[in-house]
Amino acid sequence: MVYLLCSTKCFFMENTKPQQAGSRPEQALEDIRQMMERSSRFISLSGLSGVAAGICALGGSWVAGEMIQSYYGSYNSRGFFTGDDFSRLKIKLIGLALIIFILAFCSSFYFTWRRAKKQGVSLWGPVSKRVFWNMMVPLIAGAGFILGMLRYDEWSFVSSACLLFYGLALINASKYTVTDIRYLGYCQIILGLVNMFFIGYGLYFWAAGFGVLHILYGLIMWKKYEKEAS
Amino acid sequence: MKNPINGLNKVFESRIRLGVMSILMVNEEVNFNELKQMLEVTDGNLATHLLSLEENGYIRVHKGFIGKKTNTTYAVTRAGEKAFGEHIAALEAMIRGVK
Repeated sequence: MVYLLCSTKCFFMENTKPQQAGSRPEQALEDIRQMMERSSRFISLSGLSGVAAGICALGGSWVAGEMIQSYYGSYNSRGFFTGDDFSRLKIKLIGLALIIFILAFCSSFYFTWRRAKKQGVSLWGPVSKRVFWNMMVPLIAGAGFILGMLRYDEWSFVSSACLLFYGLALINASKYTVTDIRYLGYCQIILGLVNMFFIGYGLYFWAAGFGVLHILYGLIMWKKYEKEAS
Repeated sequence: MKNPINGLNKVFESRIRLGVMSILMVNEEVNFNELKQMLEVTDGNLATHLLSLEENGYIRVHKGFIGKKTNTTYAVTRAGEKAFGEHIAALEAMIRGVK
């Protein structure tokens, strides 16, 4: 569930200028290239969306860290804890995850919307629908898997599963959007696998993947495709 | 020497028809509204161009329904793929000739 938070960041680059009728062959080839790309890839994904989602994820992990710490802190000082306290903590964490997801979604949506508007690209065209769908399939599978684990009180692999499924979703969606997003996907998967060897440090890995990697990716994308335009 | 302009296909002279073909080459099936959106043209204009591509046998039209609304989709034919490929090859040859 937590990892759904970050699913919204990646949409595109590349300037598409309206063109005059091209009688010259170069112009015709350029038109063809552009039409092919525009009709098969969503290139308005803004790097700033990644940065925004990353900041939300880092903020969220920090709050979650505080919550967990205060819970264990009071457990140590009182010497006992009740199941009630623990359930309350779980509910608070899930609530936090939802809030962070909404914040990350809205903020990253805003930047991509702004970029698409500037480029005159529809945000809900056939291509963006395809990106969305290709992204959602692995994410929904992952969410189901994680909820299934939680049903058996298995919390150890939640962050690994978030990172792995999210990485797969990015790689899947990269066919229809900026291809660079694939590298972000590879990094998430590697991080998720490494996380399997460090059970108990999930929150740090989660913050690194959804926070730090997103911000890095966003800044690189922004520099590569948007800096000059702005 | 063969004149490279011979390879250019008259049907693809229009930017809209060229655009339609480019889109259909990389997408299995595209419907009318999606084409209209991507090419930024009016209904009538697009319909005329689609008709001429269809008459030339370069695209295939499939009329279907989504609920009660008509959903007409277009796909490229074998002949269309071949003609488009030759047209691009001719364009490239012209560019190389100029250089």
